[in-house]
Amino acid sequence: MSEVVSFKLSVRQSTGHSNCGVLTAFSAASASVRRGPGAESLTGPGLGKMIHSLFLINCSGDIFLEKHWKSVVSQSVCDYFFEAQEKAADVENVPPVISTPHHYLISIYRDKLFFVSVIQTEVPPLFVIEFLHRVADTFQDYFGECSEAAIKDNVVIVYELLEEMLDNGFPLATESNILKELIKPPTILRSVVNSITGSSNVGDTLPTGQLSNIPWRRAGVKYTNNEAYFDVVEEIDAIIDKSGSTVFAEIQGVIDACIKLSGMPDLSLSFMNPRLLDDVSFHPCIRFKRWESERVLSFIPPDGNFRLISYRVSSQNLVAIPVYVKHSISFKENSSCGRFDVTIGPKQNMGKTIEGVTVTVHMPKVVLNMNLTPTQGSYTFDPVTKVLTWDVGKITPQKLPSLKGLVNLQSGAPKPEENPSLNIQFKIQQLAISGLKVNRLDMYGEKYKPFKGVKYVTKAGKFQVRT
Amino acid sequence: MTDSKYFTTTKKGEIFELKAELNSDKKEKKKEAVKKVIASMTVGKDVSALFPDVVNCMQTDNLELKKLVYLYLMNYAKSQPDMAIMAVNTFVKDCEDPNPLIRALAVRTMGCIRVDKITEYLCEPLRKCLKDEDPYVRKTAAVCVAKLHDINAQLVEDQGFLDTLKDLISDSNPMVVANAVAALSEIAESHPSSNLLDLNPQSINKLLTALNECTEWGQIFILDCLANYTPKDDREAQSICERVTPRLSHANSAVVLSAVKVLMKFMEMLSKDLDYYGTLLKKLAPPLVTLLSAEPELQYVALRNINLIVQKRPEILKHEMKVFFVKYNDPIYVKLEKLDIMIRLASQANIAQVLAELKEYATEVDVDFVRKAVRAIGRCAIKVEQSAERCVSTLLDLIQTKVNYVVQEAIVVIKDIFRKYPNKYESVIATLCENLDSLDEPEARAAMIWIVGEYAERIDNADELLESFLEGFHDESTQVQLQLLTAIVKLFLKKPTETQELVQQVLSLATQDSDNPDLRDRGYIYWRLLSTDPVAAKEVVLAEKPLISEETDLIEPTLLDELICYIGTLASVYHKPPSAFVEGGRGVVHKSLPPRTASNESVESPETAPAGAPSNEQPDVIPTQGDLLGDLLNLDLGPPVSGPPLATSSVQMGAVDLLGGGLDSLIGGPNFVAPPAAAVPANLGAPMGSGLSDLFDLTSGVGTLSGSYVAPKAVWLPAMKAKGLEISGTFTRQVGSISMDLQLTNKALQVMTDFAIQFNRNSFGLAPAAPLQVHAPLSPNQSVEISLPLNTVGSVMKMEPLNNLQVAVKNNIDVFYFSTLYPLHILFVEDGKMDRQMFLATWKDIPNENEAQFQIRDCPLNAAVPEVSSARSVPTRVPGL
Repeated sequence: MSEVVSFKLSVRQSTGHSNCGVLTAFSAASASVRRGPGAESLTGPGLGKMIHSLFLINCSGDIFLEKHWKSVVSQSVCDYFFEAQEKAADVENVPPVISTPHHYLISIYRDKLFFVSVIQTEVPPLFVIEFLHRVADTFQDYFGECSEAAIKDNVVIVYELLEEMLDNGFPLATESNILKELIKPPTILRSVVNSITGSSNVGDTLPTGQLSNIPWRRAGVKYTNNEAYFDVVEEIDAIIDKSGSTVFAEIQGVIDACIKLSGMPDLSLSFMNPRLLDDVSFHPCIRFKRWESERVLSFIPPDGNFRLISYRVSSQNLVAIPVYVKHSISFKENSSCGRFDVTIGPKQNMGKTIEGVTVTVHMPKVVLNMNLTPTQGSYTFDPVTKVLTWDVGKITPQKLPSLKGLVNLQSGAPKPEENPSLNIQFKIQQLAISGLKVNRLDMYGEKYKPFKGVKYVTKAGKFQVRT
Repeated sequence: MTDSKYFTTTKKGEIFELKAELNSDKKEKKKEAVKKVIASMTVGKDVSALFPDVVNCMQTDNLELKKLVYLYLMNYAKSQPDMAIMAVNTFVKDCEDPNPLIRALAVRTMGCIRVDKITEYLCEPLRKCLKDEDPYVRKTAAVCVAKLHDINAQLVEDQGFLDTLKDLISDSNPMVVANAVAALSEIAESHPSSNLLDLNPQSINKLLTALNECTEWGQIFILDCLANYTPKDDREAQSICERVTPRLSHANSAVVLSAVKVLMKFMEMLSKDLDYYGTLLKKLAPPLVTLLSAEPELQYVALRNINLIVQKRPEILKHEMKVFFVKYNDPIYVKLEKLDIMIRLASQANIAQVLAELKEYATEVDVDFVRKAVRAIGRCAIKVEQSAERCVSTLLDLIQTKVNYVVQEAIVVIKDIFRKYPNKYESVIATLCENLDSLDEPEARAAMIWIVGEYAERIDNADELLESFLEGFHDESTQVQLQLLTAIVKLFLKKPTETQELVQQVLSLATQDSDNPDLRDRGYIYWRLLSTDPVAAKEVVLAEKPLISEETDLIEPTLLDELICYIGTLASVYHKPPSAFVEGGRGVVHKSLPPRTASNESVESPETAPAGAPSNEQPDVIPTQGDLLGDLLNLDLGPPVSGPPLATSSVQMGAVDLLGGGLDSLIGGPNFVAPPAAAVPANLGAPMGSGLSDLFDLTSGVGTLSGSYVAPKAVWLPAMKAKGLEISGTFTRQVGSISMDLQLTNKALQVMTDFAIQFNRNSFGLAPAAPLQVHAPLSPNQSVEISLPLNTVGSVMKMEPLNNLQVAVKNNIDVFYFSTLYPLHILFVEDGKMDRQMFLATWKDIPNENEAQFQIRDCPLNAAVPEVSSARSVPTRVPGL
């Protein structure tokens, strides 16, 4: 059915005459073009903002949960998604926005699950994607993991949560603080108690935060030990070229907070070098004006764990690269073997130890097997996925870890054109590689003295070395 | 113990068992049963048969059970409307509950039950809840108004809920404000004319205040609403921008992108000399870049939008090239988008880096990505002249790898480079020729053949090369065949002595042994040219080719401007205006960027220059390229609608609406006079004793004219917008038939052929009754006059304004779009005669509320115009019925 049909119907209603055009002073004519209720034709306005339905799909293509906020949409709509999935070959490559004749499917891929939402109207896709991620975050928060098993085990809570999070396409409560007051997360103890006493896990009073101007915090928080901890976590995203020079590097940083403070504490966090933070995203609790004028983070925190800010130190500033890699990967022409030699060492690490080092390499398809000797750590090579993983551990500058050996190629196949990229993971404790340092934390509004702490850690993000 | 137990079933018929449990006396058992029902629902099992049993569980003081039952109700109420009524009492009771949570839950669930009957019961509780003391209830009720409006709009208007909703914009609680805005925007979307969101400086101020305080989702609604506002001058625009900029630092990427939309739109009004303009530009870059470090799905949407932003204001991200560098583990959809933006940002300053990257990508594994990377190198060469040499040598390196698809892509782009820089890089031809045998894709083969033909005089063995292709001539695709034909003719013209045999061979292959009309035609043309006038043949075949443009895939500026207004929406992801893929509805509302005003001219009201409004004098060139083509060709999502019955009633509709709304503006246009004959009915004989009879008593001055007024031809499509084709025209009506008189003028340097015309669906179903006949090719500086007969049996779609007609004209060069307004009188029949009974019946059928009365005074009766004392309507007939 299309617009034209309802067009026609409304004309019938308004003139009741089908034979002759009539000149009249007809002011409401355009209003009568409106679609009547119950029209099955889609994508017209007013038929439900945002998410109409949600399907959860696992990697083997089973739809294991569906939720409809308006009328029921048949599962068959997911066929378009499966089609796209087939075309994409790799699960990660399924395009996030798919159009079908009557709907749009907007999906995210998280923890080996697809969250596929069905959309009928023009909506901001980012709105939907953000919301879907928030749903996944909430599951993670409630059940400790966002997996098919966890969701199936808690299906009723999942349904209650979804209903609480979205009403007619308007997100209702997405703050974990508020949700937890409305619907209590499952614990082993509670489910035992519930099953004995018959009490429920649905809160029957209105969450206090919902009404106030600080919707993220509940009232009446009480702790015997008042603590405020901050984790400054920085990830280095970098592309290093063959010769070892940096093609691109930037730092993605976040400050995660764990705040367990009674009452309504008002916190101010200041930095030694706030100028580093020129590109920042804030939690809604932060007072933007104070940041603009004084470069101080001033906020009444939510209760519990939350991400205070995330920031980016851009490639314009020089980003220190804490490791270097010496590599020589070569395949001989017309021979079924090649050589592999990778050494990794510290560089610009500010005197800290680099640990948790892992090197992952997607070897070319023609590689059959690898025969390597690590001087440190252990390695595995999966001949099916062609992924080489070398678990290095800690780097000691005195004896640089290396991995050497032979590569067996499929005989007769041409030598691989592409050289594999090395993907490197590492971790440096007690260091924020950007140099960011917290100066002090002050608390106003409450009288007690809290414990305070800041931890720094630097990790590799998408850190790749081309060979 | 987990919920998975709810999924286990026994063999005895699940529904039966559940029914028994739901009717159990034990509370706990009931609850468990409802949970089982919900669990079945989550996997898509139909448990609607249990409706009455579940509803029976509704009256309970256990909140969890109540919630579960409500969940069930929402899912199935629509399929069981009569049963749903059973629940009403409980809802009404719950709306009075002392616990705000229950009040809110009840009103919210009631709104979700999309059953007409339930709505009348909903009004009273909803009214109370809208004024509830508790903001949680108020904000839930605000959303409920939108839900109710969706079910029964009239009811919402009659009950005055819209006004209450507008009042909520001034609510003390920011969450209530945000929901009220969201509800109002949703309602406004479904009828654009209503001016529900009466945006004025005061309400804008309220919204901006609420923006700082409400939740992230509310901020998105408010920002999207702000984006629809047009500030009265640049000062106001700046002050709004200042208050929106802090949103760029929000952690929610949808908030960020909505803020970007507001800023991009209002920036249009700021003068570029303003300091603030520069500041704003600088502020926009970091948040956009930050979006790229989010999850890949978010990145994808962000990249599609950045693609638009970069085209509109390249200066914002010109220093941020590196963030678009591709990481090998990016999903492919992100990789391809990044590549696109890299090319757009490529400039002399960064070309070295870009090329190094592209070369890297060309050795990756993913075939699609590699191909696009190779193409990108070619595009860089064409875009940045200084880099052309380096690009060519990079491409040569890639050809040396002998990877088949890389070589083929490289050859295709090298052809474009040759066209852009003729006579510069011929030295590489030798290398290209080495790869002749490995080319198996038609596009690459055609490109190679083109190169050989174009540079035949410098390739010693050009004849041998082309001859080798000729062997399998009939197995080649048309593209290759055509190219081969042309190339051999070129070769012949350049080296006539040695290649006579070859050319004869190809001409006979093309003309005698081929079924393809294009190929045959081209073959014959060449043959005759060569046999009659070799000099002319040389001029035609070896003519200098027009340069190819530097940028490819650029979005047409008007479309781009429209898309900028839709940043963050699906339209921005698909790079199509919403009208192109959202069927109906929004199609008529075109958003446009606000016009730039300086503060000293601010006396002028912004309405005087709405940027996108079509004007009578200047026909607009339709914004879209291929996207709109789909629309024009009726390739819509729905099935194509056509045929007289549909058209008929819609035509009426159009007439009714048009004459009520914009009669004056349409008929009273400057160079348009409504023909008197068409609008006034002829004499019908005996006068009647009422005022009505006057209408029928028009004896004099009304005859049936054989033709009607014809407006002078106006230029519809200027030559500069259509690669040299100028179209001017007018509409005429001659003895019952409508025609469009066109004058096509070729102002380009090449001959135009293959003309065709197509109309977009329009209000009255106007469509060409015959194909556009241009008999001879149109040579440069020649004009041709054509009269195209029209009928009104085409597909119908309401246009804005009503008499807007969008036209696509195609020729051998390209497809062009323009729009024009046709005078309404062409639709009227000459003979306005109508039987009296019929007139009266028609009269009665028009509802009374459509009656307008007015007096015409001082009107001498002896003139042709009658005095009309009480006119309900002036009847006329619309032709084509």
